[in-house]
Amino acid sequence: MILSLLIIIPIAGAIVIAFVPRDQDNMIKWLAVATTALALLVSLPLYFGFADGVSGYQFEEIRPWIPALNINYHVGIDGLSLFLVLLTTFLTLISVISSWTAITDGLKEYMACMLLLEAAVIGVFISLDLFLFYLFWEASLIPMALLIGKWGGSRRIYAAVKFIIYTMAGSTLMLVAALVLYVNGGTSDLPTLVSTLSLSQNLQIILFFAFALAFSVKVPLFPLHTWLPTAHVEAPTAGSIMLAGVLLKMGTYSYLRFAIPLFPDAVAYWTPLLVTLAIIGILYGALVALVQDDVKKLVAYSSVAHMGFIVLGTFSGGQQGMSGAVLQMINHGLSTGMLFFMVGVLYEQRHTRLFSEYGGIWVKVPVFGTYFLLAVFSSVGLPGLNGFVGEFVILLGTFKVNPIAAALGTFGIVLAAWYLLTATRKVMMGPFNEANRNLKDMNMREAGIAFVLILFCFIIGLFPNLLFDKINPATAELAEMISATTLIAGQ
Amino acid sequence: MPIDFPILNFQAIAPELVVVVAAFVVMFMELFVDDKRILGYISLVGLTMAAILNFSLMASFAPPTFQTMLISDGYSLILNLIFIIAAALSILISLSYLSDRELQHGEYYALLLFATVGMMLMGAATDLIIVFMGLEIMSIALYILAAFNRQQLGSGEAGMKYFVLGAFASAFFLYGVALVYGATGSTNLQEIGSWFSADRGNLGDPIALVGLSLLLVGFSFKIAAVPFQWWTPDVYHGAPTSVTAFMSVGAKAAGFASLMRVLMISFGDAFTVDWQLAVAVLAVITMTGGNIAALAQKDVKRMLAYSSIAHAGYILVGVVPGTMNGVQGVLFYLLSYTFMNIGAFAVITVLERRSQVGSAIQDYAGLASRSPLLALAMLLFMVSLTGIPPFIGFWGKLYVFRAAVEANMSWLAVAGMINSAISAFYYLGIVVQMYMRPVATAEDGDVAPALKLSAPVVVTLVVTVIVTVIFGIWPTPLVDLTSLAVFG
Repeated sequence: MILSLLIIIPIAGAIVIAFVPRDQDNMIKWLAVATTALALLVSLPLYFGFADGVSGYQFEEIRPWIPALNINYHVGIDGLSLFLVLLTTFLTLISVISSWTAITDGLKEYMACMLLLEAAVIGVFISLDLFLFYLFWEASLIPMALLIGKWGGSRRIYAAVKFIIYTMAGSTLMLVAALVLYVNGGTSDLPTLVSTLSLSQNLQIILFFAFALAFSVKVPLFPLHTWLPTAHVEAPTAGSIMLAGVLLKMGTYSYLRFAIPLFPDAVAYWTPLLVTLAIIGILYGALVALVQDDVKKLVAYSSVAHMGFIVLGTFSGGQQGMSGAVLQMINHGLSTGMLFFMVGVLYEQRHTRLFSEYGGIWVKVPVFGTYFLLAVFSSVGLPGLNGFVGEFVILLGTFKVNPIAAALGTFGIVLAAWYLLTATRKVMMGPFNEANRNLKDMNMREAGIAFVLILFCFIIGLFPNLLFDKINPATAELAEMISATTLIAGQ
Repeated sequence: MPIDFPILNFQAIAPELVVVVAAFVVMFMELFVDDKRILGYISLVGLTMAAILNFSLMASFAPPTFQTMLISDGYSLILNLIFIIAAALSILISLSYLSDRELQHGEYYALLLFATVGMMLMGAATDLIIVFMGLEIMSIALYILAAFNRQQLGSGEAGMKYFVLGAFASAFFLYGVALVYGATGSTNLQEIGSWFSADRGNLGDPIALVGLSLLLVGFSFKIAAVPFQWWTPDVYHGAPTSVTAFMSVGAKAAGFASLMRVLMISFGDAFTVDWQLAVAVLAVITMTGGNIAALAQKDVKRMLAYSSIAHAGYILVGVVPGTMNGVQGVLFYLLSYTFMNIGAFAVITVLERRSQVGSAIQDYAGLASRSPLLALAMLLFMVSLTGIPPFIGFWGKLYVFRAAVEANMSWLAVAGMINSAISAFYYLGIVVQMYMRPVATAEDGDVAPALKLSAPVVVTLVVTVIVTVIFGIWPTPLVDLTSLAVFG
């Protein structure tokens, strides 16, 4: 029942907020905080009640939904989704608090969109039915597009429309592929389909493509990434945190949850292409990030590069790579979420994100500077912080299978250090830019958010086994599925 | 000398009879009532009684009656429900729309009820003659309704255009009936079906096939399938918006109603052998043509007219496989389309300016801040029409596309989905206007008119929004309802 509650609570919160009078700003904010905090509290037992070392789904729920069509409401989590659910409840709370003063116009709709978005994203991570999954997948579009298009920057409408059109175009084939599975298997239940359905390899290859296209747009994989920078640049801070933090993970997670187990015979066929695109994404994202003059755009392109790592680990690293990929999804959510948050703190005061407008501000805002540097360290993968563990495990796994890919990926890490440290230098160091003389340091609310975020980065960096123990059984099972089919193919 | 009366089962056509009686009551009362809106409420009472009778008939289906001219089976009863709902919702939005434009005349409601009877007959007909009769009763009433706003040139044009082209389509249809009768010796759907299945060679009979193709032309006109859609944008645009709402839903459903019965009962094999591919192609060009034309529209009413062509294309996808799953999918789609489309038109009636035809998209700018609830309703309808879950429009598409995939025609479903993505562009264009653009001010030269919501329109919006959302999240009751739709 916990999982269903995680969908119901935000929706209920949104409905309650809809009935609050428009001028009661504080009440709306506190209601939103209360709702997301409640969702976070409810989600915590998922971690503590999760059985280690067991594969298969936990906290499962099955209820009849459309009996005439044999479609059920089936939710459950395993090592792949557990931490993504927790990340979502956590980051939504952070996002709501971070928009405390940034949003003035249409606060009511804003908070409602935030909560509906949370419900939809959690739904994606826990659905074990193809149509239920598709429902949440598409439902997440509208609140996100409204967040970008109503509360975003100057080119917000362009960014919102681009976001919608890309995502919808990407997922057109997915529904048809889901229907093909449903018609062939007589059910849309994922575990049943995985265990009973045996499709020809050719059909698997086609269907894998249909699913992977939708996921790759969301990740986004090069060359389908062009919606992301515009969306990030225009989105309000909290929108960017949600987008980078959890929405992109819908894509990488769904490879592991749907594409690989449903079509194990097709994985070998598509791996070279996906790995190549991932590598291009890592290098291209990094190189483009190097030349940005806008801090937020830089972080956006760094996302493209980081998500490339996750795809690399998913498809070329065996079990180790997949575990690393799952961990890296969490890491990226925390560190990039934090970077976007930090950029938002600056933007809220100066209404610009251009490097040329900043410089030498560390003396003025030391607390901000420290947290910014820590966020950068987490993102570039400094040992002791979370990013290091994730990237290291991914590259280790990849090296065993595909040394060249691992080498190119490592080069991407070097580039990441280059552009992120350059960004730090341009913003924080150098001669003091007089335009910033009225800049205020972080207040308690902002510093608190940054502290909690970086705390989790340290915890994961120092004790990664807190996560790996729960992730590994699920990835081991996946790796077995793929290797079983490669063995058969090899005979 | 004893006279043999044929057995007439009036119970089977009780809902139709009630609507006819209501229409006559309205015409009679028109003489005595000053406030013509009362006639609208009388019509609503009649429709409610018809709906109740219709539900009571669902318990037991009657065999073909009136000498196998009509039948009251699961299929026709579900369709009756669609027609009654469409008529009732249209009347609700007519009440204030007509008063605002000084068009409040009693005939309006009577004609609307007669059109509804025609539609119901088309759904229940088991004989081509009755199909034609229903078609004409419906069409003639609609011709007049389209031209009802006499003061507006556009409305007159709509009525004239609809009449001239509709008369042609009826002629095609009637000629098709004649040819089929010549080939098979009967106008009864069942007997035509037996003739086809009696001899394999009959499947290729040229006269019967030409007849069938002419019937298809007639139906394609009514459902506004490309390339028989030319009348649609002008008629939908020019007609009073409440009439457009009714036509776009009811007339389309009626066309599909007889089309599917004729294809499934009479032409079963002949259809799958000779015509399946043609109708599949028709479906694809219909949805693509409608969507691409809708992309270019600057007027919301006209855009919805083109989009209704696209929806005819999606619905045809469910017709192509010729299976019961397809038929039930089509009924589900029509039912869902009834609610979301009339809901969208209800919003248009609120925003439409008195003095002009149609509704410019700029008038929707900043609607979210002028009237958050109205904008929210429109948002839900647009999203649902696009086919994004969790709204009712998604399940309609899922249902018909499933039928195509089952029939090994996944490519049709792919075409449908690609078109859905295209349609997102213009449906969400309205959302962009409402939520992301500021309200036009006097400095922009053009101030949008004040919003005036009347109680019946609010009722319509509440009903359609609730159906769109609740049955989007939990479609089971509607799925179960449409699964009752079997041919008697």
